[in-house]
Amino acid sequence: MSEHAELKTGPLEYRREDGPLTILGFWIFLAAEVVLFSTLFATYAVLFGRYGDATPAHELFEMPMALTMTFLLLVSSFTCGIAVHMMRKESLKGLVIWLIITLALGLGFLGFEIYEFVHYVHEGATIQSSAFWSAFFTLTGTHGLHVTLGVFWCTAIIIQLIRFGLTPVIARKTFVIGLYWHFLDVVWIFIFTAVYLIGMVV
Amino acid sequence: MWDFIWNDFLVTGEPIIYGAMASIVLATVGIVFVLTYFKLWKWLWDEYLTTVDHKKIGIMYIIAALAMLFRGGVDALMMRTQLALPNMNFLNSVHYNEIFTTHGTVMILFMAMPFIIGLMNVAVPLQIGARDVAFPFLNAFSFWTFFFGAMLFNISFVIGGSPSAGWTSYVPMAGPELSPEINQNYYLLALQLSGIGTLATGINFLVTILRMRAPGMTLMKMPIFTWSALITSIIIIFAFPILTIALALMTLDRIFSTHFFTLAGEGMPMMWANLFWLWGHPEVYIVILPAFGVFSEVISTFARKQLFGYKAMVYAMCVIAGLSFIVWVHHFFTMGAGAGVNSLFSITTMLIAVPTGIKIFNWLGTMYKGRIRFNVPMLWALAFIPNFTIGGVTGVMLGMASADYQYHNTYFLIAHFHYVLIAGTLFGMFAGLTYWYPKMFGHKMNEKLGKISFWFTVIGFNITFLPQFFLGLMGMPRRTYTIEPEWMPLNLLSTTGAFILAAGFVIFTFNIYYSARYEPREKTGDAWDGRSLEWATTTPVPHYNFATIPYVNSHEAYWDMKETGATTYDESKLEPIHMPSYKGLPIIMSAIMFVASFGLVWHWFWLAIPGLLGIIICMVIRSFDFDEGYHVPIDEIKRTEEQARGRKE
Repeated sequence: MSEHAELKTGPLEYRREDGPLTILGFWIFLAAEVVLFSTLFATYAVLFGRYGDATPAHELFEMPMALTMTFLLLVSSFTCGIAVHMMRKESLKGLVIWLIITLALGLGFLGFEIYEFVHYVHEGATIQSSAFWSAFFTLTGTHGLHVTLGVFWCTAIIIQLIRFGLTPVIARKTFVIGLYWHFLDVVWIFIFTAVYLIGMVV
Repeated sequence: MWDFIWNDFLVTGEPIIYGAMASIVLATVGIVFVLTYFKLWKWLWDEYLTTVDHKKIGIMYIIAALAMLFRGGVDALMMRTQLALPNMNFLNSVHYNEIFTTHGTVMILFMAMPFIIGLMNVAVPLQIGARDVAFPFLNAFSFWTFFFGAMLFNISFVIGGSPSAGWTSYVPMAGPELSPEINQNYYLLALQLSGIGTLATGINFLVTILRMRAPGMTLMKMPIFTWSALITSIIIIFAFPILTIALALMTLDRIFSTHFFTLAGEGMPMMWANLFWLWGHPEVYIVILPAFGVFSEVISTFARKQLFGYKAMVYAMCVIAGLSFIVWVHHFFTMGAGAGVNSLFSITTMLIAVPTGIKIFNWLGTMYKGRIRFNVPMLWALAFIPNFTIGGVTGVMLGMASADYQYHNTYFLIAHFHYVLIAGTLFGMFAGLTYWYPKMFGHKMNEKLGKISFWFTVIGFNITFLPQFFLGLMGMPRRTYTIEPEWMPLNLLSTTGAFILAAGFVIFTFNIYYSARYEPREKTGDAWDGRSLEWATTTPVPHYNFATIPYVNSHEAYWDMKETGATTYDESKLEPIHMPSYKGLPIIMSAIMFVASFGLVWHWFWLAIPGLLGIIICMVIRSFDFDEGYHVPIDEIKRTEEQARGRKE
């Protein structure tokens, strides 16, 4: 389908001239995302403990829930890695299956996060309760929104893989969503540490 | 319904606003009539609104910037009129607050930013021997989000009311408690919308410069303007996400009643000031570094000498970029952070003078023993050096924390940053526009009119702002809407200067029209005896820029080519050139974003949510678009080049 000069060897996503460009561009975008989340983390740190009249965090945070979410997201990062490995082996079927597993784990994570938010709201801690809770819901919610976007995006790519097969263009897109997914995992590790672990002991 | 439209939706009750409404309606009708009468709609859509060509996008950026300069300039004249004499009744206090807010916001974000990004678009791909930017579609999207962001901000003064908490939008003033009206939402969403485009531009140009340079052009062989664009892109990438978050948090505060910056719920108002200036200070370097790049190009070209201290220039820019992120507290020394913190930020602030000083001496060194030609771009560069130095030195004065307690929020500060931003950025943009004008439009700007506008601007600028240093020392606070009698003489002088300055700008704009009609066509492609690759192309530049891309041996690639007689057209090396297709999606998607943002401004979720869905649908359409662009066949390249070069010989 492409008239681009195509290399015959090397990873599929790097064979066309626009592949490496897009991938570098996406790495730089992730750098901007790092700054974005850093700002949210800084805001959270500054507003930490400012509960006002609302319930303090350590009375609401529960280790089993946070651990389950962490487990789901970390495993989804691993399955995403396997998916890209399948792409390297040019196994379309393997790639699609592992991407679907990744998606399912991501949806599981989102389900728990929504449950968690609803639970907190029932306990009287909403985004409007106090500075701390505004920062908490915004930080974790921004991450959750990123995961949601990733789920939709990944679905679109699975549809393209099934319809058009494993072309260099779609391989590039798959690789990029892989980067995105791992990035969200890294952010979650920081949220788990800075929000849940610290929030439970302080 | 009508009651709402008349009392809340439209701004009513002020004769100036009625005048503005009438002029907006008339201008719109006029534009629609002209486009329809001359059957230009299709041309406009095909050639400009859907374009992904960096040269055309650059031109659209610059046109938008000039329009916004007009808007911000009218604001400035209104302020200066109100301040000319004590007890003036031209503007009331509320209206005055709105005017200085829109003046600052428009000038920084909707004038300076698009002007530099416009020049980057025009010059950078040509300077590095590229056929377009790395992501042409994204580039068009950047432009249109900026454009619709600017429109959203500009409609505020007739629909709903302008923001009035200053361009820094400090809380609690700008928060939901003290500004419950929707005005501030315009500020938040307009900046958010155009900020997305700016971030995309940063990524786009960083990838373009890192990956698409001509063979042989190592980083240290790049033209200096391209270096400034590279550093600027990096600052954009690390600064703009902070603005995104700061704006988002205040939007949440205002629309969803959160407590980030509020007084209730243990929010922290000073958190906003910190986040704002964490972006805001790098932002001033985003708008000044490309101007430095322009001056370096212009001074080297018109002094007919290689740039003195090329490497020092590059390192100086890198140091400035690094320091720009660790000085933000100097914007609020009086917040009371303590002597230790203030001292630290005093020192980092004053350190910036060192690399900047290096650059000043390098420009002087470039001119030393040069055979200087006094064309208009060079005049702007020559005026820049002393005027900007005044701005820089007063900046060091402001940077001393203890002394700053005296200067803080006075006209001394106003004078300082206008000396930096006008003498630095604006002169730089005027220099750059006149310098690259022949490359963009195929003819120079008229020299005589250019010189008249130059002198009006420079003299008017100094009459306007030099007295303001002394007004500041006399204690005149910024953002005051009425003056004390003892400040009258200097204020009157300043207002006179402002009108002279405005005349300079009007002449500059008139020159665009005059030159288009009467200036002889520029046929050589090398209008100023240039030194870098953009002058190696023919004029008008073919849409693919370079038929064949030359090998680069130094940072003055075209100077070397002229010595060996090489061109960008080597018949033996021709290959079909791959080019991207024009797309309507960027403008459509940005228009939908405009609608969604407008809904959010008014808390109309029935409009904002369908808008958001529309954006998602556009993204899906884009994801399923496998258009590969097209190839320019060799025959067509030959025809284009021979026609252009035949004329040349």
